[in-house]
Amino acid sequence: MTSRTHLDRLEAESIHILREVVAEAAKPVMLYSVGKDSAVMLHLARKAFHPAPPPFPLLHVDTTWKFRAMYELREKAAKDAGMELLVWQNPEAKERGINPFDHGPLHTDMWKTQGLKQALDHYGFDAAFGGARRDEEKSRAKERVVSFRSASHAWDPKAQRPELWNLYNLRKAKGESLRAFPLSNWTELDIWQYIMAENIEIVPLYLSQPRPTVERDGMLLMVDDERFPLRDGEEPQMRSIRFRTLGCYPLTGAVESEADTLEGVVREMLLTTTSERQGRAIDKDDSGAGMERKKVEGYF
Amino acid sequence: MNRPDDTAYRADALIDEDIGEYLDRHRDKDMLRFITCGSVDDGKSTLIGRLLYDSRRVFADQLEALEADSKASGTRGAELDFALLVDGLAAEREQGITIDVAYRFFATEARKFIVADCPGHEQYTRNMVTGASTADAAVILIDARKGVLTQTRRHSFLCHRLGIRNMVLAVNKMDLVDFSQERFDAIEAEYRAFAEELGIERITAIPLAAVTGDNIATKSEAMDWWDGPTLIAHLETIPVRDQSSADAPFRLPVQWVNRPHQDFRGFAGQVAGGTVKPGDAVRILPSGTTTTVRAIPSFDGDRDSAEAGDSITLTLDDEVDCSRGDVIASADDPPQVADQFEATLVWMDAESLKPGRGYWLKLGTQTVTATIAEPKYEINVNTMAKLAATSLDLNAIGVVEVTTERRIVFEPYDTNPTLGGFVLIDKVSNQTVAAGMLHFALRRAQNVHWQATSVGREDHASLKNQTPRLLWFTGLSGSGKSTIANEVEKKLALMNRHTFLLDGDNVRHGLNKDLGFTETDRIENIRRIGEVAKLMTDAGLIVLTAFISPFRAERQMVRDMLPDGEFIEIFVDTPLEVAEQRDVKGLYKKAREGSLKNFTGIDSPYEEPQAPEIRVNTVDMTAEEAADYIVSRILPLK
Ligand SMILES: Nc1nc2c(ncn2[C@@H]2O[C@H](COP(=O)(O)OP(=O)(O)OP(=O)(O)O)[C@@H](O)[C@H]2O)c(=O)[nH]1
Ligand SMILES: [Mg+2]
Repeated sequence: MTSRTHLDRLEAESIHILREVVAEAAKPVMLYSVGKDSAVMLHLARKAFHPAPPPFPLLHVDTTWKFRAMYELREKAAKDAGMELLVWQNPEAKERGINPFDHGPLHTDMWKTQGLKQALDHYGFDAAFGGARRDEEKSRAKERVVSFRSASHAWDPKAQRPELWNLYNLRKAKGESLRAFPLSNWTELDIWQYIMAENIEIVPLYLSQPRPTVERDGMLLMVDDERFPLRDGEEPQMRSIRFRTLGCYPLTGAVESEADTLEGVVREMLLTTTSERQGRAIDKDDSGAGMERKKVEGYF
Repeated sequence: MNRPDDTAYRADALIDEDIGEYLDRHRDKDMLRFITCGSVDDGKSTLIGRLLYDSRRVFADQLEALEADSKASGTRGAELDFALLVDGLAAEREQGITIDVAYRFFATEARKFIVADCPGHEQYTRNMVTGASTADAAVILIDARKGVLTQTRRHSFLCHRLGIRNMVLAVNKMDLVDFSQERFDAIEAEYRAFAEELGIERITAIPLAAVTGDNIATKSEAMDWWDGPTLIAHLETIPVRDQSSADAPFRLPVQWVNRPHQDFRGFAGQVAGGTVKPGDAVRILPSGTTTTVRAIPSFDGDRDSAEAGDSITLTLDDEVDCSRGDVIASADDPPQVADQFEATLVWMDAESLKPGRGYWLKLGTQTVTATIAEPKYEINVNTMAKLAATSLDLNAIGVVEVTTERRIVFEPYDTNPTLGGFVLIDKVSNQTVAAGMLHFALRRAQNVHWQATSVGREDHASLKNQTPRLLWFTGLSGSGKSTIANEVEKKLALMNRHTFLLDGDNVRHGLNKDLGFTETDRIENIRRIGEVAKLMTDAGLIVLTAFISPFRAERQMVRDMLPDGEFIEIFVDTPLEVAEQRDVKGLYKKAREGSLKNFTGIDSPYEEPQAPEIRVNTVDMTAEEAADYIVSRILPLK
């Protein structure tokens, strides 16, 4: 008998989660952020429901400030999977011209947190898949695979439902909803190894290339389009950079790197001394409890 | 802080020089899931924090944050408080305790690990059980100063009952007992004596100090008397709970039927035992139909075989009836089918078990209504004594009889945890209220068949030229239920509708004369009324019932017995003050004086309907008006 490796076990577990939610939820959706975790989650969904296409749409809660390369892959990935792609941009944020340069934390709150709640309510989705992993952050490490949200999308970390074996309680009253995290038990290394093993297409920004950058507030930012307001004396410089996570380009710090292959990226990742989320401005806006507070408020 | 440099954790040189080779090795690693558990403050979180730190899962930026956190809210003065790496919730950091399980990840040269750090507090037992249910091994911590405590026993018992066969007794805080071998030996002996009673066989005891890392990844210098393994070295040797022993019979609980087009019908699920390949003879349960596996199609092409743990899709040779909840099993060794069981139950909700109430029972992919009888006994985790019990409160563990509304496919938990482990879900709050492990069936249901009647419920109804309904009046004593129900029945009779009114008088004196007014009896009272009303609607009648029926769950239970739309909940919403003032039967007075116990509204709760189909009251309208309104809402009834 062949024994299964840890990646085999993780894959089987994720597929089981995807199928349970689809079997029991009334109207599921997959949140698709175009990052590497989303790419893996989408790939697992294609495997779970093959030969049918995954029986739910993809939802991109867009901020209009993502990297251009992300928008390109977004369309292609949905098409390859044979799935409908829904894009939601918070109309209020749009109208008020909320942007990461002038509005700081309000940018994330309006476009992402409020935008997500609006989109879920608008379409009436009662279960949403997210690609969050427990190894990302301390409060994520505490969350259930299937996480219950009140009618106002709030997470109550002190009253989570017990979750035994692989039995997920998907029951809820009208208006309440669930978030499901099929990648809960994957680590960053697992994600990369799986991407390599399964040949999953990812945004090229994960691999190093010379790109126009400026250094600002201790972060290396990429000047991805003409909306980037240069400060006095700032002059974009070509640097060999790549990204460990992808978000809004003005908020996502790059690392200088020569790794232009997946192996190279993993090698650097294993030898690095900083964590994956470090390049994200969003998690640092207050000490430690930042992510938990955002989640309580309804952030994914 | 000393951190082991030459640990088993990472071959930096290999990563640097030959990443391909490193990845190849890492890819083939297996994965062990374990938990840390034991009593409050024994150092579980500190141990995990230390493991992460030693295995370099703590990065420079996180370490900086840890240093700041330790000063702000740590329990160790100026030193690093490793528990803060794991206790990730604001409330945990404020109180310096663990509330919910944290799942953390690390790898050594030999293996990948997922560790669940469980809370020690009794109050959060349900979270500990959550962590333990998926573990291959348990590290039970003990504070060397304190020895074996109640929580040590409770957690050991739960781990054992959940099927964890490998226990590590981690005697922690050895630094606080001068690294005394005597003390360690005494604790080990005490624990072994207790574990033997439980039937725990595999125990490895290791002395350690979580804060300093002694005997975690590196051998302790302060305990040179210890010649056993370090914790990590030992964890690398523990076998992964084997789900796939080749000789176990094949089981596939069907999760989802995949039907993309006319020519494809696949059955998707995660194999819960044994192996399968095309051509195998299988039996579908509970129906018992047999057929043959045609293929195991997958995204990467057809597979030759699959084994326990794999998530697969199967196609079958025949067009058989098979859907979510069914189990596809090896034809000559199928699991059992039954509707009455003995089980161990761990109660996990603040509201205690209500014997007789209908809960959702989820086992594998099956969800059915189940009722629990009064417990056979509750287990005292300190002494393992069996105590008499009429219910189970939060965190209580008991042995009970479970009856399911229809037959389910199962195996004893010890044989197959997937087909023997279940949760109970409250039908109103939707909370997961209990975890259960089936022991055996009390009565096999194989031979019970429904009597197929040739004149069906549609025939009965169409002969009467009407649509059956159950008009369920609920409200406080004296709210006007009977009066209004009576009016409604008169009006319907005038319209040539066939009706029947079930009321306290015609039920309490006959069918239910053996029942009193305790909570359990009230639940049974409503259950019987529901069943009778259901038979009457089967006979085509419009049934009216007028009972206080104070509990949401029971009203929901009756609602679930009937086809959708047939149950009409009518809330007679008269305020308590008004009903009490009327006090037609003088009952409120008696209840206030204390000579009448368990009286709804006084010393027993009334749970108002949240979304009744119809709401009336007798303050703003007369009984006659209320009845007119109700009739207008339920017509045409044809
Ligand atoms: N001296 C000493 N103190 C320790 C050791 N291990 C843990 N502690 C201290 O014991 C206290 C409790 O540690 P925690 O790790 O929070 O205990 P816990 O078992 O996780 O507690 P709960 O999760 O709340 O049940 C903290 O102040 C730790 O620093 C040890 O080996 N030696
Ligand atoms: Mg703890």
